[in-house]
Amino acid sequence: MSTDAHVSQPRAMNPVYRKRLFIHRLGIALSFLAMVLGLFFLMWILFTLVAKGLGAISYAIFTQTTPAPGSDGGGLMNAIVGSLLMVGAAVFISTPVGIFAGIYLAEYGEVSMFAKVTRFVTDIMLSAPSIVIGLFVYAIYVARVQHFSGWAGSFAISLIAIPVVVRTTDNMLNLVPASLREAAFALGAPRWKVATFVRLRAVKAGVITGVLLAVARISGETAPLLFTALNNQFYSANMNAPMANLPVVIYQFAMSPYDNWRALAWGGALLITFSVLVLNILSRTLFAQKVNQ
Amino acid sequence: MNALETKAMTPQRTGGKKTLAISGLNFYYGNFQGLKNINMDIHDKKVTAFIGPSGCGKSTLLRTFNRMYDLYPGQRAEGSILYHGRNILDPSQDVNMLRAKVGMVFQKPTPFPMSVYDNIAFGVRLYENLAKGEMDERVEWALNKAALWGEVKDQLHKSGLSLSGGQQQRLCIARGVAVKPDVLLLDEPTSALDPISTAKIEELISELKGDYTIAIVTHNMQQAARCSDYTAYMYLGELVEFGETDQIFMTPAKKDTQDYITGRFG
Amino acid sequence: MSQGVEQTEGGVFSKSLIATMRKQRLQDFVFHKVTGVFALTVLIVLLGIIASLIIGAWPAFKEFGLPFITNVEWDPVNDQYGAAIAIVGTLATSFIALLIAFPISFGIALFLTEICPAWLRRPLGTAVELLAGVPSIIYGMWGLFIFAPLFSDYIQPALSSTLGQLPVIGQLFRGPHMGIGILAAGIILAVMIIPFIASVMRDVFEIVPPVLKESAYGLGCTKWEVVRKIVLPYTRIGVVGGVMLGLGRALGETMAITFVIGNANKLSWSLFAAGNSIASTLANEFAEADTTLHVSSLFALGLILFVITFIVLSAAKLMLIGMARKEGAK
Repeated sequence: MSTDAHVSQPRAMNPVYRKRLFIHRLGIALSFLAMVLGLFFLMWILFTLVAKGLGAISYAIFTQTTPAPGSDGGGLMNAIVGSLLMVGAAVFISTPVGIFAGIYLAEYGEVSMFAKVTRFVTDIMLSAPSIVIGLFVYAIYVARVQHFSGWAGSFAISLIAIPVVVRTTDNMLNLVPASLREAAFALGAPRWKVATFVRLRAVKAGVITGVLLAVARISGETAPLLFTALNNQFYSANMNAPMANLPVVIYQFAMSPYDNWRALAWGGALLITFSVLVLNILSRTLFAQKVNQ
Repeated sequence: MNALETKAMTPQRTGGKKTLAISGLNFYYGNFQGLKNINMDIHDKKVTAFIGPSGCGKSTLLRTFNRMYDLYPGQRAEGSILYHGRNILDPSQDVNMLRAKVGMVFQKPTPFPMSVYDNIAFGVRLYENLAKGEMDERVEWALNKAALWGEVKDQLHKSGLSLSGGQQQRLCIARGVAVKPDVLLLDEPTSALDPISTAKIEELISELKGDYTIAIVTHNMQQAARCSDYTAYMYLGELVEFGETDQIFMTPAKKDTQDYITGRFG
Repeated sequence: MSQGVEQTEGGVFSKSLIATMRKQRLQDFVFHKVTGVFALTVLIVLLGIIASLIIGAWPAFKEFGLPFITNVEWDPVNDQYGAAIAIVGTLATSFIALLIAFPISFGIALFLTEICPAWLRRPLGTAVELLAGVPSIIYGMWGLFIFAPLFSDYIQPALSSTLGQLPVIGQLFRGPHMGIGILAAGIILAVMIIPFIASVMRDVFEIVPPVLKESAYGLGCTKWEVVRKIVLPYTRIGVVGGVMLGLGRALGETMAITFVIGNANKLSWSLFAAGNSIASTLANEFAEADTTLHVSSLFALGLILFVITFIVLSAAKLMLIGMARKEGAK
């Protein structure tokens, strides 16, 4: 084979390269297929949710309480109110705890073994089974006071929210450049002022994002509420008694034989998913603003 | 060894008050020695410039003056730096107290995430209890000192981050002088700025030296020649030569210094 | 000593300065302790969970001993309990889920980081992350009402006529086509954890230094070769960590599975059969359990689940930390 012929051959004709190109194209195709497949299923689910849930959304769903078994119509008002109350209380508990803990990790995380262990444990708790959290709250609180309550439910979901807030706060604080911290120290500022007035303030938007993400996460949690807040057929704003909430109501109604119950379940599911998506998008746009500033 | 070289080898203790007296200073990053046996003085109400190639230790030296290295475990200094009779390297020295008197401006402008007014007031509020009117005066005074008042006087409540780069750096200088320190440390204050802002800041330095002792680290030899009264040339963690600026630049005692200044090296 | 430094009038460090300093030291001390206490709460909760689970499970372990873990009986009527059914259900659904989710998440992560055109990258990436936030109960409902009927009408018959005819694995695909069961639950779980694993893997792939990839491209490698020979070896540990993180999530998942797992306290070789996982057993039976032994056995199940998940998640975390350290070292 003369060298001239070898050089003048177009590269695509080279059999070694052809095989490599084929494998490359196959790999890309498979990857693309995976993307399409994954998205397909997820889009299908969202589409189903909207199709089945939209029909149930009406004025009534926000004004009427959950219907008794077998009776017609009804709404989700007590469940919506209950969820709002419990999520609200959980935010009230978990935000300060999470932010302060996050500040501790960011300020002392490099030097303290305790801080390193806490960071590790926080990350584990982020993915821990939420039903076990429900068991825990049941054991230490519900079993003691001998009744289910909205407070128990809030407490359970705040235990799920806290690691989210801690992690985001810690990550955000660590993004603050060393030169900004040094500039504050250089003025003779005490550590706590540098940590709060300068460092925390610099990432204010990011920390709020963390709280929003935590809210999104706990809004959809069902398992921890199953043995803590339980459920309530009627409207009640009494946090010290069993409290209606969207996720448990959806769970109960979806598996039931009643048509109106099942329709309400889809409606409730759509409400929760919509709120979660809105919260996620909001937190993303908020954070994007921070970067531009 | 001629007379000039002999003079260069002995630590310069010329006349005039000394604000900082550095003796036998050694500095370590873990096992690596960043500064080797530094002996020199920082003269009161004068500008002392530190020049030398990258990595020679000039910023490291500056950061010992306000114990900034304390923030990082693994960095330590040995020796003595006397400030008003006390060794500031001593562990018993309260670093916040020191930093109230020895201020620093960094290479990258670092405005705090607050309004222009609060940026300046933040430092002042740490140590002084001023009424609103007095604080307003102090803010105006500091901004005037930094030649920034005219440009921001109607925007005091806008965020410090909304200013241009040169303005931000002047804000940091204003912030530094507002607390009325003894010493101002400037760590390459103009290397991130455009030539016009640089010129403004150099003007500032000449005006400020009437009231403050200034130590400035700079990459730019011409800047050192323009602005400073004393110059220290450093290389690989050692103080090669220290003396009055005119003498260093026109008749350096050591060949190494001359090589660096004439650009034959570094 | 050479010419010393003089004291200025009134002393440099005035009395008021010293007083302020003392106040600041106190403030810093309080700040350290207060924030430390809040950080401690996370550890306390963890220890509290373990303690309360052990205390709750104690009667069951006292009664049945360690054989509780392998006992296949779960009979509330006769108060005889064993964890094997629930454990098998948990492990089976999780493994099926990972088997399906891993290649798909992997492909998605790869697509997002290497293959996707730049303008599409952010919207698609955001879409994947938003989908990871959809509450799991939605997946459960979709599984029961939409997927299960299709599964029983089309997929199960197809599986039993093909794989069900093979000698050994055929056993897995026998039985009535109910639409719900272990396999169905595993598939729903897979769909649920795909966005989660995909985002973790995407973060892992993004750690690869561009310089490394560019030098491979410079040699004339195709994109796929760069992925196989540069990206994958570099991120191997991180990918395993990501999978294990997904496994940890899958093990503890309740709502996605409870709708379709069938809630049958029986063990069977077939994946078409109904079964139970630890989480679904808890969800279904806890509220109504009345005998002490029943409640305690449920706590024991919770303890077992927590221990398994904790181990898996710790291993995952350690691998991911190792990956991040590699990035720092570069």
